[in-house]
Amino acid sequence: MAAPTTTPAPARRPGPTRIATPARERRRSPFLVELYRSSVGKKYVMAITGALLMGFVFAHMVGNLKMYLGAAEYDGYADFLRRLLVPILPRTVTLWLMRVGLIAAFALHIHAAYSLTRINHRARAVKYQSRRDYVAATYASRTMRWTGIIITLFLVWHLFDLSWTGTGYRSFYRGAVYENVDASLSRIPVAALYIVANLALGVHLFHGAWSLFQSLGWNNPRFNRWRKWFAYGFSGAVTLGNVSFPIAVLAGVVSR
Amino acid sequence: MASTLNLTLRVWRQDGPDDTGRFDTIEAPGIKDDMSFLEMLDVVNERLIEAGREPITFDHDCREGICGTCSLMIDGQAHGPQRGTATCQLHMRRFADGQTITVEPWRATAFPVIKDLMVDRSALDRIVEAGGYITAETGGAPDANLIPVPKPVADAAFDAAACIQCGACVAACPNGAANLFTAAKVAHLNLLPQGEAERYSRVENMVDVMEDHFGSCTNHGECEAACPKKISIDYIALMNKDYLRAKFKNRRYLSRNP
Ligand code: HEM
Ligand code: FES
Repeated sequence: MAAPTTTPAPARRPGPTRIATPARERRRSPFLVELYRSSVGKKYVMAITGALLMGFVFAHMVGNLKMYLGAAEYDGYADFLRRLLVPILPRTVTLWLMRVGLIAAFALHIHAAYSLTRINHRARAVKYQSRRDYVAATYASRTMRWTGIIITLFLVWHLFDLSWTGTGYRSFYRGAVYENVDASLSRIPVAALYIVANLALGVHLFHGAWSLFQSLGWNNPRFNRWRKWFAYGFSGAVTLGNVSFPIAVLAGVVSR
Repeated sequence: MASTLNLTLRVWRQDGPDDTGRFDTIEAPGIKDDMSFLEMLDVVNERLIEAGREPITFDHDCREGICGTCSLMIDGQAHGPQRGTATCQLHMRRFADGQTITVEPWRATAFPVIKDLMVDRSALDRIVEAGGYITAETGGAPDANLIPVPKPVADAAFDAAACIQCGACVAACPNGAANLFTAAKVAHLNLLPQGEAERYSRVENMVDVMEDHFGSCTNHGECEAACPKKISIDYIALMNKDYLRAKFKNRRYLSRNP
């Protein structure tokens, strides 16, 4: 008589640790929520919001070049922004709609960055105990978190400085944009802060402008070799323009 | 003519999964420069055994770069300083006489250390189990070339299929991500007509399991540089594209029969 056979349950090995809640065990949610739950989806969100912020940063830099045409042109441009689409919508409404979009993009970009960073730290809980020798990673790609934090801190300062209250450079005049810029950036430490922050922005943009293509799955032998050049060109142009402003103010090129 | 090297090894020793581990310094004189890195470790181990000490535990099998069993972080690089080769294909002539070489196991939360330099890489199997196959009735053997595949497509699928599942991509990634591995396993089936039927469920299931265990990609490119098969990060972009489509398509066409 054959002995009764039992199939032993497969031994659960003390295997790899779960670092996130398993996706399959959750209920299906709407497409975008479902996508945002995954890391790959969060990178889509980072790429799309990053591209929007790149659009803003570029337009902002180009707009600021008006400073070289004198106070009237520069202040006129600032006023134009507030009058965008004016008889269709009341004054500043279009500008506010764009600001709301920017704030949303900024918040999503940072939230995705923050949660992915946490996942990544958990994915290597015990770090390498000897020095890594990086082959492909760039200075820019490895400092994204730090340059991102520098830009955000700078942004808060910058909004107080030139949009909200001024930062003690004499009285801040809303709408007297040219005077405000001249007064604030004439202070050497402030000019230095603008330069450092905008270099950090350039480094951040360099990796971002390349990385977004991969995250969005835009990979094609026809244009792949242009992706790095686009990143050089874009981050270079924005940085050059932005860094020129504090230098121009200090050099007296921009002056009341 | 082979010359000999006198080396100093700083090797990670860890008695078991729960031990904290430490670096041991081991002198390795008289190493022939035509040895492979693993043969060098064999020689060191024989000497350790003769001296009554515990040999270094490390993974190896084929020793010709096709099985994906060998590993090792050598001086901070997965599979050592040579591009496009596994540790078993790395020769000691790449090192200089008198050099100190630091050897560490691959580190990822999903790759717990078993002993010394040996880690458990079975999390990669979990990803393959989630979709790295074709569930079609195979029937009788079909005639060769019954399904035409354009040569460039076959080549792209083959380049992805070259993956030997060694886990160097995870080890090299500053985020401990397995995106290159998963992308290769997804692409070598998704690019071919045989894999097309399950294209979207495959990418969704494999990526979801990948994310249960590993970090996320920030496009450093370290994985591609470390890969002994030089698999391109282009496949990661392809995976991302298919994943987005899968989330979208599966909802519209497949979510009604869960
Ligand atoms: C040297 C470089 C820069 C200069 C001279 C500059 C100048 C200005 C000025 C004058 C304003 C106020 C405009 C107005 O009141 O009409 C402003 C607003 C602003 N800047 Fe900058 N900026 C620079 C760099 C940056 C950077 C790097 C960022 C972000 C990453 C940034 C983000 C903003 C934002 C979000 C606002 C508010 C926009 C709004 O009111 O809708 N700026 N900037
Ligand atoms: S031992 Fe098989 S790949 Fe190195």
